[in-house]
Amino acid sequence: MDVRLQISMVFHLDKCIGCHTCSIACKNVWTDRKGAEYMWWNNVETKPGTGYPTAWEDQSKYKGGWEQKNGRPELRMGRKSSRLINLFHNPHLPKLDDYYEPWTYRYEDLFDSPEGADQPTARPISMITGKPIDIEAGPNWDDDLGGSPVYAANDPNLEGFDEQQREELFDVQRLVFFYLPRICNHCLNPACVAACPSGAIYKRGEDGIVLINQERCRAWRMCVTACPYKKTYYNWSTGKSEKCILCFPRLETGQAPACFHSCVGRIRYLGALLYDADRLLEALNVADEKLVEAHRELILDPFDPHVQAEALKNGIDDQAIEAAQRSPVYKYVKEWRLALPLHPEFRTLPMLFYVPPLLPVMARAEQGLYDTSDKELFAPIDRARVPMEYLARLFAGSNVDPVRYSLKKQYAVRLFKRMDTVGDIDRALVKRALQEVETSEDEAEQIFRLTSLPTMTERFVIPPSHREEALAMLTEDLWEEKGGAGLGFREPPTRGA
Amino acid sequence: MMNNLLFVIFPYAAVLLAVVATAQRYFKSGFSYSSLSSQFLESGELFYGSVAWHFGIIVVLIGHLIGLLFPERVLWFNGVPVRLYILESTGLLFGLLALVGIVSLLIRRIVSARVRAVTTPMDVIVLVLLLIQVALGVYTAIFYRWGSSWYAAVAVPYLRSLLALRPDVQLIAPLPWVVKLHIVNAYLLVAIFGFSRLVHMLVFPIQYLWRPYQLVIWNWNRWRIRGQAPALSQQPVEASEPIREPMTRRPAFTR
Repeated sequence: MDVRLQISMVFHLDKCIGCHTCSIACKNVWTDRKGAEYMWWNNVETKPGTGYPTAWEDQSKYKGGWEQKNGRPELRMGRKSSRLINLFHNPHLPKLDDYYEPWTYRYEDLFDSPEGADQPTARPISMITGKPIDIEAGPNWDDDLGGSPVYAANDPNLEGFDEQQREELFDVQRLVFFYLPRICNHCLNPACVAACPSGAIYKRGEDGIVLINQERCRAWRMCVTACPYKKTYYNWSTGKSEKCILCFPRLETGQAPACFHSCVGRIRYLGALLYDADRLLEALNVADEKLVEAHRELILDPFDPHVQAEALKNGIDDQAIEAAQRSPVYKYVKEWRLALPLHPEFRTLPMLFYVPPLLPVMARAEQGLYDTSDKELFAPIDRARVPMEYLARLFAGSNVDPVRYSLKKQYAVRLFKRMDTVGDIDRALVKRALQEVETSEDEAEQIFRLTSLPTMTERFVIPPSHREEALAMLTEDLWEEKGGAGLGFREPPTRGA
Repeated sequence: MMNNLLFVIFPYAAVLLAVVATAQRYFKSGFSYSSLSSQFLESGELFYGSVAWHFGIIVVLIGHLIGLLFPERVLWFNGVPVRLYILESTGLLFGLLALVGIVSLLIRRIVSARVRAVTTPMDVIVLVLLLIQVALGVYTAIFYRWGSSWYAAVAVPYLRSLLALRPDVQLIAPLPWVVKLHIVNAYLLVAIFGFSRLVHMLVFPIQYLWRPYQLVIWNWNRWRIRGQAPALSQQPVEASEPIREPMTRRPAFTR
């Protein structure tokens, strides 16, 4: 057993209101720079929809992630040697127009234009060439257009859906969409790390954060293709790839990342998970529909004394183990089995988990009537507006079972709280609902509390990163480093000649 | 005098400059070491330019290197006319490939507004010098026949005299001015090497082939910091003994 610690995340999609505050917080802190204008380390998509970059989930186009070849995982973009041959021109690199051309407006025209018959306007200009452009796409061009035939119909996850299913999904009367906030998943089997010819990308041993060493990146840009989530970006100005750093300077000082901290809907949870690195390959070598379960099996029980001893042996300190015990992620993913990985079939073992949205399942308009009644337990879930198959495509490698379990359990918790607070539901019914997902009133109460009323310290359980000790390894004079936060370059990050 | 300046002093100065500048830049400014790819901004034209250029120039450079290392072997190889024709036409073919590539890259840099936005003066200098160099090379290959043989017989002894620190300019004195320009321009490219994006050829990631896929780096080693490896790392802890009072377990839940 090789116990390692990973800072992991849970996004509760039922709580996401699509306000993009997370994206703005991230943009203001990290990507408000030349060459990074088009990057959104954190973005929020509307589903069904094509997302950012357009149709990123379509790996027949982008060649991201891993696939099973001869019983072992291999990068979809090919073997190692193909990377060296494609250095001069990467045939599967997404281009700027797959994202969008960043723009600003010529605001000074509003003040400097000569007097005339017309109002002056501020024309949009490209932030790359500085020339006027016609805006044709943006980072969130299909926001809230879940039912649109132009965008949503091109959602790669709808592949294999028949005409009737599509019609149902896009029928105006039962139109539905939800938001999908995305950041780097800080995977256990990151494809970007594996594809980087320079070895510039690495996973931090202490907390599992995946980072790009800016001094070793040589712009071979293989990571951009390899990441199936398209969460590594190429800075066209500095000639270096960049990605979400999970705000490690904040984490190292005990603060939640900017997107987490600013989340208005409080949908985000962050905490430590212990996992067994020895069994990674084993977990990867299963069929698509078993990936969710195999992934969950990797996560170790921080209460198990044997796990604790092995963790200590690997240099994980007791404070970190304690943090893992209090981790909300552990509860959502392992204990309650509510949270699922995004596209596990990409086989990168993403460590950001999503609680699939329950959405408006209760009500439907039928023959002009808005019907909210249902006699049957859990029936509305199977008749939900978003087909279970669609959610299974997103969160479970097309296996409906884990999704159904998660939705049923959320529904059972709702029934339980309805009984508890309103009291118009029969206790026997609630008991049956809880039994069906093998849970107890006690656990339902806990799920309710962590979902609806969590405090900041319950949402974010950050193990101390012992920066002072890491620094002591590097320098004799700790006093000099006092107050530092791991920021900055040893040289200015300017483009090379 | 002029010959001494261009063919003795200049090459030594250029190499010295290249070594010092390249090393200094590598160790002081790793951030500036990049191939500065512009494929993200413009990909279609780049395919023809970059692929043709790189494969063409790599073969041509390897040809020059083989000639420098094994001149006698090359002369022996060229002793049979058919082999000479094959060698010459191969060299010319890849030279033309490189020429097409570099012209295409230069046009792309001028035409594409997006690529222009990331073009520095040094990029233009590099492209123009490379174009001159390859054009001169191709011209030489066409109009001064059997260059593979006389390169080995005339130019290589001169280059070797430079390497041996006993420079002998007389060896290349009879060469036509086109070839001399080719040599001087090569030194010019060496001189600007450390100040341009050419440095990216030094960091060609060949080590990737034998590197494991995943890379994990530990910054913090608590055993090292606390002075000694605690007993834990030597003898396994009793599995039944919890490290501290575990937090109260939530109600048991199994499925």
